[in-house]
Amino acid sequence: MNSSEPNQLSETSPTALHGAGFILGLMVIGIVAAGIASSFLYAGGWFTPHDLSPATVVDTFEQVNGQHPGFRRNHAKGVCVSGYFESNGRGVALSKAVVFLPGRVPIVGRFAFSGGLPYVADASSTVRSLAVLFKLPDGEEWRTAMINIPVFTVNTAQGFCDQLLASAPNPTTGKPDPAKMSAFLTKHPETAKALQLIHSQPATSGFADSAYNSLNAFRFINAQGVVVPVRWSTVPTRPLEPTSHPSPKLAGTNYLFDALIADIHARALQWHLIITVGQPGDPTDDATLPWPPDRQQADVGTLTFDHVESEDTSPVRDINFDPLVLPNGIAASDDPLLSARSAAYSVSFTRRESEHKSPSAVSPTEAAK
Amino acid sequence: MANSPTQFSLLSRVLHWLMAAMLLAMLFIGVSMVASLGNYHRLVAIHRPLGIMILVLAAVRLANRMLTTLPPFPPTMSRQERFVASASERLLYTLMFALPLVGWGMLSAGHYPIVMFGPVHLPAILPANPALYAVLRKTHTILAYLLFLTFLGHLSAVLFHTLVIRDRLLNRMAVWPVRSKNNTSQIQGKTS
Repeated sequence: MNSSEPNQLSETSPTALHGAGFILGLMVIGIVAAGIASSFLYAGGWFTPHDLSPATVVDTFEQVNGQHPGFRRNHAKGVCVSGYFESNGRGVALSKAVVFLPGRVPIVGRFAFSGGLPYVADASSTVRSLAVLFKLPDGEEWRTAMINIPVFTVNTAQGFCDQLLASAPNPTTGKPDPAKMSAFLTKHPETAKALQLIHSQPATSGFADSAYNSLNAFRFINAQGVVVPVRWSTVPTRPLEPTSHPSPKLAGTNYLFDALIADIHARALQWHLIITVGQPGDPTDDATLPWPPDRQQADVGTLTFDHVESEDTSPVRDINFDPLVLPNGIAASDDPLLSARSAAYSVSFTRRESEHKSPSAVSPTEAAK
Repeated sequence: MANSPTQFSLLSRVLHWLMAAMLLAMLFIGVSMVASLGNYHRLVAIHRPLGIMILVLAAVRLANRMLTTLPPFPPTMSRQERFVASASERLLYTLMFALPLVGWGMLSAGHYPIVMFGPVHLPAILPANPALYAVLRKTHTILAYLLFLTFLGHLSAVLFHTLVIRDRLLNRMAVWPVRSKNNTSQIQGKTS
C-alpha cells in the first residue's frame, strides 16, 4: 500500500505530500514502526540474551547436566504416586481453600531426586523431593513441590544458577571444583549459613521416612479475609530410620526407589500436612532463613499414597508441579524464588513435552514389584 | 450511495480502540512474561483473564461487524490496496479468535487449571496431551508474532494515508463524530 500512483481506481488527495515531504512522511512512519518493534523486542529480552531469564536458568541445567531429552531439567529421576488427602478441618481457620474443608480429596504426586540426571544412581545423600497435586472438588488445583531439607540453599534465581555452576563436576576429575565452590560461598554467605543448618539436621535414610518442606513462604487467606504468612511441610508418620549402607541384596542404582515401591506395596505411606504460621517480621522473601522454632503449627490433615507407578505409564510424568498453581485461599508471598520457579518450570515443561520421551530409570515392571 | 456513512458505527469505533489497547497490552505482556523471572507470575495472572476478555469481545466485534454498514474506502486507495486492507482485516479477526483459543487449548493440553481470578476457572477445551501441548505452545508464539507484524503493517498503512496522502482515512475510525468532507468514493467498500 505504498503506491501513491493514481490509477483508474485511486486518485491522489489534493493535499498529498510530494517530493521531500513525501520522503519525510515515510521516514516518520518508519521511525514510529521501528520504535514500537524495538520496544516489543526489548520487552521480550531480545537485546539482552545473556541476562538471567527463565530460558537461561534452564540452559544452565542443560549445560551442567548435559542433554536428557524428554526429562525434567531438575528432579529428573522419579516415580509417580497417587492416593488421597484427608483434611481434618483444622486448616479452615487459616485458609478458605476448599482443600481444607473436612473430607477427602484425591492427590497425585512424584518422589524424585534433586538434580537433572534421569539415570543417576540412588544415594541417600542426594536431596529428595515430593511433589503433590491436590485435585479439589470444584476443579481447582493445588500443586506443591517440596524437598527434604529444612531451608533452601539460595534466595534468588541468580544465586541458584551460580550454585549450579559452582557445584558442576569438573570434566576431567568428575568432581566439583573446590575453589569454585568456596568462591561461590564467599559471594553467597546466605548459602554458607543455610548449609550449616541443613547439615545439622539428622539425615534420613530414604523417601518414606523423610519430611518434605515447602521452603518458600506463601500466604493463607481465610473466609474472614485474614492473611497470614505460612510455610508447610509433610511429616512422615513413619519414624526416622538412620542411614545405613544398603544391604547387598538391595544395592543397585534404584535401591531407594525400590524400597519406596516395596513400602507402598506393603502398606500405604502417610504424611501429616503441617502448616507453620509466621508472625510479623518473619522472613517471607528469603528461603534460606528458618523461622523461629516456636511458631504455631497446625496439623491440617494426612496425605496417603497407596499406589506407585513408573513415569512411563503415569500421567503424572506430564504434570508441571508449578508452585504457583494455587487454589483460592492460598497465594504467593513476596519470595522472588516463587515467580522464578514458576517461570523456569514452565520452560522446562515446554522443552520436555516437545521432545521424544525415553524410558524412565524406574521401569513399569520395577514399580509393580 | 449518497447515504453511505463516512465513519464506522460508534460501537465499531469504540470496540476498535478498546481492543487495540487490549491487544497491544497483551502482546507486550506476553513477550515480557516469557522472558521474566521476577514478574512472570504477576504477568501470567493478567495474561490469562485478559486473553479470555479479548475472545469474548472478538465475538461481540464479529457480530457487530456483520450487522453494521461500513463506510466506503476513500478514492485514494487502489484496488490492490483495498485487497490488502480487506485481507489484513480478515487476518486480524482470525488472530483475535485464534490466539486466545490456542492459549486456552494449550493450557488444557498441558494439564493446567485455567485460572481466571479467585476460585473462578474455565474448563479444559482439549484433553491433556504432551505432543498437543508442545504444538499449541509453539503455535501461540508464532501467532503472537504474526499478530504483532500485522498490527505494525496496519498502523503504518493508516499513518501513510493520514500523514502522507492526507486523505483523512483515520477519520473513518475516529472515536469522535466526523462530518463528511466530500472526499468519499462513489465506490462502496466491501470491507474496511
